[in-house]
Amino acid sequence: MNDSIQPVRLSRVGLRLGERWLWRELSIEIAAGEFIAVLGPNGSGKTSLLKVLLGVVPATEGLVEICGSTPHSGSSNVGYVPQRQSFDPDLPLRGRDLVRMGLEGHRYGIVTGRESAKRKIQEVIREVGANRYANEPIGVLSGGEQQRLRIAQALVGDPKVLLCDEPLLSLDLAHQQAVSSLIDERRRKFNMSVLFVTHEINPVLPLVDRVLYLVGGRFAVGKPDDVLNSETLSKLYGSAVDVLKVRGRIVVVGTGEAALSELGGHHVARESGRAR
Amino acid sequence: MDLLFYLSQPFAIHALLAASLVAIISGLIGPFVIMRGMAFAVHGTSELAFTGAAAGLLIDGNPILGALVGSLVVASLIGFFGVRERERDSSIGVILAFGLGLGVLLLSYYRGFATEATNILFGNIFGVSSGQLWLLVVIALAVIAVLVWIYRPLLFASVDPEVALARGINVRLLGVIFLFMLALTVTEAAQVVGTLLVLSLAITPAAAAQRLSVRPLTVTLLSVAFALVAADGGIVASLISSTVKPSVFVTTISFAIYIVVRFVLGPNVRKSRARATA
Repeated sequence: MNDSIQPVRLSRVGLRLGERWLWRELSIEIAAGEFIAVLGPNGSGKTSLLKVLLGVVPATEGLVEICGSTPHSGSSNVGYVPQRQSFDPDLPLRGRDLVRMGLEGHRYGIVTGRESAKRKIQEVIREVGANRYANEPIGVLSGGEQQRLRIAQALVGDPKVLLCDEPLLSLDLAHQQAVSSLIDERRRKFNMSVLFVTHEINPVLPLVDRVLYLVGGRFAVGKPDDVLNSETLSKLYGSAVDVLKVRGRIVVVGTGEAALSELGGHHVARESGRAR
Repeated sequence: MDLLFYLSQPFAIHALLAASLVAIISGLIGPFVIMRGMAFAVHGTSELAFTGAAAGLLIDGNPILGALVGSLVVASLIGFFGVRERERDSSIGVILAFGLGLGVLLLSYYRGFATEATNILFGNIFGVSSGQLWLLVVIALAVIAVLVWIYRPLLFASVDPEVALARGINVRLLGVIFLFMLALTVTEAAQVVGTLLVLSLAITPAAAAQRLSVRPLTVTLLSVAFALVAADGGIVASLISSTVKPSVFVTTISFAIYIVVRFVLGPNVRKSRARATA
C-alpha cells in the first residue's frame, strides 16, 4: 500500500434519499492515523455517510475513494463497528465467535489455516481487554463488554480505516472512556484512520484531530475549536447557536434546529419554545 | 426376537435410512431456524406441504411430489412477500390460512383411501418406497452440501446481518437459499412425522442443543444427534409396539430429550460454566 494514497477521499459527494439530499458537495480527505468525529443532529446523514464509505449505499454524485479505490462491501481495508444491537441471551454464540466472524465469517466453504486465525483472534481479544469474558455467550454480556468485542471484531482484519457508528451510545462514562481510548491506541500504533459518528463529543474531544459537522445538507469540517464555536455553528444551523465551554466540556445551546440537535447528549441545554 | 425380524425387513431398513437422513438435515437447519426466528416459517411451510400433497394426491396420486412442489412454491412466496423479519410472519400467516383452506377443498374432491390423507398429516415412514428413498438421499445430500458450503456466511448473516452486509455477504440471497433448504427439509421431515409434527425434528432438537453449549458448531452437532435419536428411536419403538404410529414416538422422544436437557442437564452445564469463569 502506497503511503501517499489517502485512506479516505471524498470529492464533491452527494447522497440523495428519495427526493431529499442528505448532503451535497461534501469534500474531505482523511489522512492515515487521523481521528475524525462526525457530528450533527439526527437525520443529518451521519450513518448514511458510513454506509457510503462501506460501499453498502452508492453515493448519488461525486467521487468516493477508500485507499485509492471505490468503496465496495467486503473490503479488508475497512473495519465497521455498527450501532448497538441487542443479542438474545440464549443465542449460542460466544464473544470469541463474534470476533472470528470479522476475520473469516464471509468465507464460503471449508476454511483452512485455523491456527494462525486462532492466534490472531486471541491477540485482538487480549488487545481490547475482553479475555475474561470472550467465551461467554454474547447476549449475556454488558453493553460495554459487547462493545469491546465489537471493536475486536472490526479490528481483527487489520483495517486501514475504522468506521464507528455511535459506539458510545448507552455506555456509562467509564466505559465510554475505555472504548474511545482503545480505538485511539490502535490508530496510533497502526496508523489507522478513524471516522467516529457520535452524539457525545466530550468523551472523545481530547482524541479528535478534526470534526465533520453535518446539518441539514450543509457541513463544516476542521479542528474542533474551528468548528465547535458559536460563529461556525450559527452559520451552519442558520440560527443563533452558542457554544459554551464548561469545565473542559463543550455545551451547545441553540434555538430551532440547533436546539433539537443532541450534541453533548444530555448536556445539551435547550431553550427552544418549539416542542417535538 | 420380533424386533430383530422386523429390522431385517426392507420396509424397516428403508424407514430407518429415511428417518436418519431426515434427522440429519433437520438437525442441521434447526439451530439456524431458531437463530433466524423462523419457527413459524417451518410450521407454515409444513402445513402448506399438506396442501401440495393434497394437490399431488388428487392430480397424480403422488402426495410426496405434490408436497415438494408445494413447499417450494410456498418458500418462493414467503421470500417474495417478506424477507424482512417483521413482514415475514404476517405474510406466512396470510399464505398459511389460505393454503390450508385450499388443501381441505382439494381433499374433499379426493375419492381414494382416507389413510392417504392422514399419512400426510401424521407421516407414513413405513410406506417409503425405494424411489422415494433415492429422492430423499439426493435431497439430503444437496442440503448437506449447500449448508456446509454456506455455513459460515449464513451464521454471520443470521446473527449479525448489518456487519455481514458490510463484509460483502449477500444477506438477502442467503436468506432465500436458506428458505428453500428449509422447504425441502420440512417436506422430507413430513414423510417421517407428518406435516403437523415437523417441528419435533426441525426445532426441538436444536432448542435442546443450545441449552448445552454456546459454541455454534457444537450446538449444530448436538442438534443432529438428538434428531437422530428421536427419529430412529421412534421407529424402533414403533416396531416393538406395532400398533402406535412412529410419529408419536418420534415426537415423544424428542420432547423427552428437551425436558431432560432443559431441567436436568442444562442448568448444570450453565452452573459449571459460571463456576469456570468466576
